[in-house]
Amino acid sequence: MSGAAQSLAAARRWKPWEIAFLVLLPLSWFAAGEQHSLLANEIAIFALFALSLDLILGYAGIVSLGHAAFFGTGAYAAALFAKFVMPDPLVGLVVATAVTAVLGAASSVLVMRGSDMARLMITLGVAAILYELANKLEFTGGADGLQGVTIAPLLGRFEFDLYGRVAFAYALVVLIIGLLIARRIVHSPFGWSLQAIRDNRLRAGAIGLNVDARLGVIYTISAAMAGAAGGVLAQTTGFASLDGLDFHRSADTMLMVVIGGAGWLWGGVFGAIAFKLLHDLLSAWTPQYWTFWLGLFLVVLVMVGRDRFFKPWLWFRKGSGA
Amino acid sequence: MLTLLFDGIAYGMLLFVLAVGLAVTLGLMNFVNLAHGAFAMAGGYVTVLLMERAGVPFLATLPLAFMLPAVVGAVAERTLYRPMYKRPHLDHVLFSIGLVFMAVAAVDYLVGSQQQIIKLPEFLQGRFEIGGVGIGRYRLFIVIVCLVLTAILQLVLARTRFGSRLRAAVDDPRVAAGLGINVNQVFSVTFAVGSGLAGLGGALGAEVLGLDPSFPLKFMIYFLIVVSVGGTTTITGPLLAALLLGIADVFGKYYVPKLGAFVVYTLMVVILFWRPQGLFGRAASK
Repeated sequence: MSGAAQSLAAARRWKPWEIAFLVLLPLSWFAAGEQHSLLANEIAIFALFALSLDLILGYAGIVSLGHAAFFGTGAYAAALFAKFVMPDPLVGLVVATAVTAVLGAASSVLVMRGSDMARLMITLGVAAILYELANKLEFTGGADGLQGVTIAPLLGRFEFDLYGRVAFAYALVVLIIGLLIARRIVHSPFGWSLQAIRDNRLRAGAIGLNVDARLGVIYTISAAMAGAAGGVLAQTTGFASLDGLDFHRSADTMLMVVIGGAGWLWGGVFGAIAFKLLHDLLSAWTPQYWTFWLGLFLVVLVMVGRDRFFKPWLWFRKGSGA
Repeated sequence: MLTLLFDGIAYGMLLFVLAVGLAVTLGLMNFVNLAHGAFAMAGGYVTVLLMERAGVPFLATLPLAFMLPAVVGAVAERTLYRPMYKRPHLDHVLFSIGLVFMAVAAVDYLVGSQQQIIKLPEFLQGRFEIGGVGIGRYRLFIVIVCLVLTAILQLVLARTRFGSRLRAAVDDPRVAAGLGINVNQVFSVTFAVGSGLAGLGGALGAEVLGLDPSFPLKFMIYFLIVVSVGGTTTITGPLLAALLLGIADVFGKYYVPKLGAFVVYTLMVVILFWRPQGLFGRAASK
């Protein structure tokens, strides 16, 4: 085997800590208890959402400021489906994922062209369009959000309880499935080709990769995953609101990805945990002004550089380019 | 109908003054500055606070609304922005969003989250009619001020030495630096003026656009639309884009209020898809 093939194979092999992490995730259900399940449920959902953003941001290099478009659409799709068609959560989740996948495929055409700036604006614009639609349309409940959604028990047996025990378990399972799928994707030849496109689009095209088609596929997958996350949120809270489509939702998620590490599969999970804890800590301390500290954190993080911020021992080594 | 058109033009001119600094930042250093609105907000608050707390007349506050954001912009450019230029776009976005969050919370803390109301002087209130077209005095005032500003900008850019340096730096910073132009200095000055103009726009627009701590977030997308649709290589591009946006927005809100800003966003996505470099931009070399 050549050196390159070896290094590719080494990267995709399961490492012990990865397995340990996957075992720890279900165990966290027992650790959360009745007290923390609601918070943990939210973290699991945002971890999945962050993972989906990481797929396009970290691996394919598409800077998106409007990924909440898919998150919110998934939430509305799941809530509407439960309200008007069928309250079963699993079918609802499949529908929400499918709807956002279609939306993702449709809008992926928009992100294939242009510079970073144009892409930024288009993703932002798509999210803003959906926000306006959800705000103004009748059946989405406008600014009040979509209320009165009842979800049938999971698998017909487990009722969603007040403490979020079932909700958390449900979100965890979806998250783990998402992680496994994402891991399979990024370590496949397809995943490697995405990173080639991210690093140098021109060369990737020159060696015969169909850049547009590949970006379109990963954008669709990422959108579907974000939609699934939104769907789970709507189902476990029985509520879909404009908040899911809002700009700050996109920004928060981007922050999660960056805290955890863009282009690193598990980064989304750690980022979501860190962000949520940070958020809870700050908003408990200064409920109204916590965004100031969040902003300060962001500025310092970027100025110091993410790598050096989290790995202080790198200060004394020669920079290898972050 | 013509009144609407006039309102749209006034709105568009305002957006142009607000966004023109951003166009230069983006064009010159390829820096995505989402925090541009924060400077506009600073200008707005300078005017409101001076009028309310110190009793300074409206017109007298305008120069200060220009100066303060300009100074803040110059300092921030030196200390905060400069190390960022060479970073990837993702860092720009995160960094400037961080600044926006800080500005929003800081203003909320210092002034309060309520909507600020500006009391215009007598002679700017009301409206009059010319040939059946109702024209708000204040709108007319905005249009005149903005037209004057645009003319000055155009003159500076086209006729002065500084203007030609700036254009050279925008076209190709490396070659410009090689010819002995101090690109960093040119950029500092431009950034300061751009921030000042944003501040002035914020002060002028406080009555039309409203002013509260979430201003930078609310109008960020509008500035970005102006810049990305207009392109960053000329000054007329953003101007036409701003007018287009202002008119489309006013008409959209009047004729199809149910859809709100939907019209504008759709228009932008379509235009950017059609011409990713903007309506009037050339293909960027970077």
